[in-house]
Amino acid sequence: MTVNPSGWRPSAPANEAGETSTVTGNRALMLEEPLIFEIGSTEETGVDIAELPTCADRLGGLERNREIGLPGLSEPEMVRHYTRLSRQNYAIDLGLFPLGSCTMKHNPRLNEKVARLPGFADVHPLQPQETVQGALQVINELAFWLLDLTGMYGVAMSPKAGAHGELCGLLCIRAALEARGDKREVVLVPESAHGTNPATAAFAGYRVENIPANAAGRVDVEALKARLGLDVAAVMITNPNTCGLFEPDLQAISDAVHAAGAFVYCDGANFNAIVGKVRPGDLGIDAMHINLHKTFSTPHGGGGPGSGPVVLSEALAPYGPLPFAAKMPDGSYRIVEEENAADAHPKAFGRMTAFHGQMGMFTRALAYILSHGADGLKQVAEDAVLNANYILRSLEDVLDAPFAKSGPCMHEAIFSDRGFADDINTLDLAKALIDEGFHPMTMYFPLVVHGAMLIEPTETESKASLDQFILAARSIAERTRVGDQSLKAAPVYAPRRRLDETLAARKPILSYKQPPPAHAAE
Amino acid sequence: MRYLPLSDSDRSEMLRVIGAASIDELFRDVPEELRLKGPIEGLPMHASELAVERHMAALSRKNMVAGDVPFFLGCGAYRHHVPASVDHIIQRGEFLTSYTPYQPEIAQGTLQMMFEFQTQVARLFGCEVANASMYDGSTGMWEAIEMGHRITRRNKTIVSSGVHPHYISVARTMAKFTEDQLDTALPELNAATDAEKLIAAIDERTSAVVVQYPDILGRITDLAPIADAAHAAGALLITVVTEPVALGLIKSPGEMGADIVVGEGQSIGVGLQFGGPYVGLFATREKYVRQMPGRLAGETVDAEGKRGFVLTLSTREQHIRREKATSNICTSSVLCALAFTAHLTLLGEKGLRQLASLNHVRACDAADRLAAIPGVSLVNDSFFNEFTLKLPIEARPAVHAMVEKGVLGGVSLGRLYPGADTLRNGLVIAVTETVTDEDVDALEAVLKEVCQ
Repeated sequence: MTVNPSGWRPSAPANEAGETSTVTGNRALMLEEPLIFEIGSTEETGVDIAELPTCADRLGGLERNREIGLPGLSEPEMVRHYTRLSRQNYAIDLGLFPLGSCTMKHNPRLNEKVARLPGFADVHPLQPQETVQGALQVINELAFWLLDLTGMYGVAMSPKAGAHGELCGLLCIRAALEARGDKREVVLVPESAHGTNPATAAFAGYRVENIPANAAGRVDVEALKARLGLDVAAVMITNPNTCGLFEPDLQAISDAVHAAGAFVYCDGANFNAIVGKVRPGDLGIDAMHINLHKTFSTPHGGGGPGSGPVVLSEALAPYGPLPFAAKMPDGSYRIVEEENAADAHPKAFGRMTAFHGQMGMFTRALAYILSHGADGLKQVAEDAVLNANYILRSLEDVLDAPFAKSGPCMHEAIFSDRGFADDINTLDLAKALIDEGFHPMTMYFPLVVHGAMLIEPTETESKASLDQFILAARSIAERTRVGDQSLKAAPVYAPRRRLDETLAARKPILSYKQPPPAHAAE
Repeated sequence: MRYLPLSDSDRSEMLRVIGAASIDELFRDVPEELRLKGPIEGLPMHASELAVERHMAALSRKNMVAGDVPFFLGCGAYRHHVPASVDHIIQRGEFLTSYTPYQPEIAQGTLQMMFEFQTQVARLFGCEVANASMYDGSTGMWEAIEMGHRITRRNKTIVSSGVHPHYISVARTMAKFTEDQLDTALPELNAATDAEKLIAAIDERTSAVVVQYPDILGRITDLAPIADAAHAAGALLITVVTEPVALGLIKSPGEMGADIVVGEGQSIGVGLQFGGPYVGLFATREKYVRQMPGRLAGETVDAEGKRGFVLTLSTREQHIRREKATSNICTSSVLCALAFTAHLTLLGEKGLRQLASLNHVRACDAADRLAAIPGVSLVNDSFFNEFTLKLPIEARPAVHAMVEKGVLGGVSLGRLYPGADTLRNGLVIAVTETVTDEDVDALEAVLKEVCQ
């Protein structure tokens, strides 16, 4: 039986008169692709599995007796399905992907190769420790690089992504405070912070209060100091911040926070700007997560997996989570986990995930770090900052750059929608960039800049690539100023025109449901 | 420095455009005394691709590769064959090097794949809706417990002793900080699960009961009576599935009344990778969708009326709701979700059922042979592809002794429950389609030897 007997669901109304149309709906290399539920069948499979004689089952009387509804495809159909889908995606491999705060840099293929070595890819997390010495050594080597690059005291490797790392850092802080019998309830977060900061603080059981930014796009240090008190557990600061600016007073902030008995959490999402140039440990912070999928080039994969190791100060390191890999005096490695933690790491706050963290990301990140070395990583930060400033100075006469007057930016340049014609907005500019063959910048973030456009080119863009982007952005910026209404229609050349997000939220369709047979006749 | 395209003359020209005399001038907001003058001392300089590959390959050779030896480990991570086409698809640059699909017009590939994934997961679990993935099963379970609290406004959760101890450890860690009450116990080394105890423990303060299916010892329990008892008290049933291949053969948790089903998707399409990255599966009833964590792809139309997909119901999420979000999760595990969905599409219902049958038949055969070893007994009377043996000796040293003879012979309960005397002789054995008859022969022989 096919899952969808009525065939593939028509999604487009008849073409308007005058427009060139094709019978298939395809346009040369732009190929429409139905859902697997519309082309597959529950009777079809793309794998050959040996037929075995059945045995008397031992399933406890719970054998499945209903159809699941999972369509299968033969291998050629399956490869074609996903290849066609892939072609509807923009990707770094295709061009500049200047999403601010996301650090979309080139993903070296060597990293993919080493992650697939059987000695890393085909190893079980619960294998006896004597059989996984190489895996533990990878974790340990990467850990030491991260400590050297940040100048911190300890590192928790197991967090699964940036937000998970934030949680890890805050739980360390909470454990440290509780260990001294100090119950504090508030975490201070700047207005310009990533949404994960306040969400994480709430998830860890804290009340969140905002601290304002000053006119220069930095944390308002006086406001922050005034708010410190016995109820404040931590301050979460992003450095460089989400306006693309270094927080020059972070040392003074750290001193004030520590004097008030609290801790400084640094969001390390923007570490790419300063890797090899500044050690966050020298700024007096207590914890910082490092997104391996940003600074250290592990692929974003359409939204993960990430990896978010957290470097910790001497005050917090004793509270870091289990398990972790430790190097022994004889040169071997061992896992410190629940059974031996009482001796080796008695103050651990607990465990964040079932196993050892994102091993597949560790191998990739280590290969990347070794490729660049200490000199290359420093060059990474310098080129990332150079590229961002080149964009800032090449666009500031056509786009409002609210903080450009006060000096250079770090790894990302921020612009506002000031100067746009009344009915044209940031979204229109972003969608027009799509037609020019670029992924748009981060839009409407951070919230402290009106109609914000945050551009992070990264160090892996050539000058020619930047020049082409600048040419396109300048042209679109001019159109926003004169109120060119054609911007409202963009994108025109993408696989889809603007999508109706309101409809999607008002009447959520979150899984495929077979349409009634009459639907096909529409 | 092969990943950096700028030449020195590019750099000079760009500095001229910027109006800066040197790169260091761009870092002038960094206090002078904090700026490092040169590369960090004591660290190696850049290296060629060949040199890096050589180093990494040398490290990889220090591990015992599962595929090189008779291999029987499970307990939350399973070794299944991943077809070559699946790994090819996830290496397509358009999937591998794309970002979260915030610009849907140029991310339909990821969005449609997420929508298909959500549908497959929902159907496999017998639920109405699923999200587009969590980090892994263990973190997904805690999110489910938190979601249960939001729905029931109660804060006591009963966690079955059959739930993976590391998953419980994650939940315990979080519960300490959120002041939630988690009631759980050590499993007992016998055939009966703790279903009756769970039912007896449910009261009007219970938010949810969490049950793993099949459980940590491999046992399969009927969820329907637990669901009924939970619902009668206004509580939820949360089910954890660490081996989704089992659902090709046994009833789905949803059809037995589970309200939230979470799982570890690693065993379909994603390799062992020493524990990560994996992919968390998360499904529930439609009426609870606004309490759900994580990303969701939804169907809509574009300006021309063509069907398309977008991220939706984002008002649950941190980038919109900030401290009021349902979770702090941002990055999830979409590439692993792609591996899962591509493998499941290749299998289809027919292939999944055959694969599950093959696992079960092989496990039944191995269980009978191993239980016939003098002194060794089979704990389970129900199982899918994983079962627990009670050895005449402590299992943990037995595992090490088997390693010396070149066999990765299961997970000892001593590893999972250090210090639990009642469990120390327990050995959990997983038998998937990757296990050959010769592998079972080898395990039988070494186990016989170490148990003597």
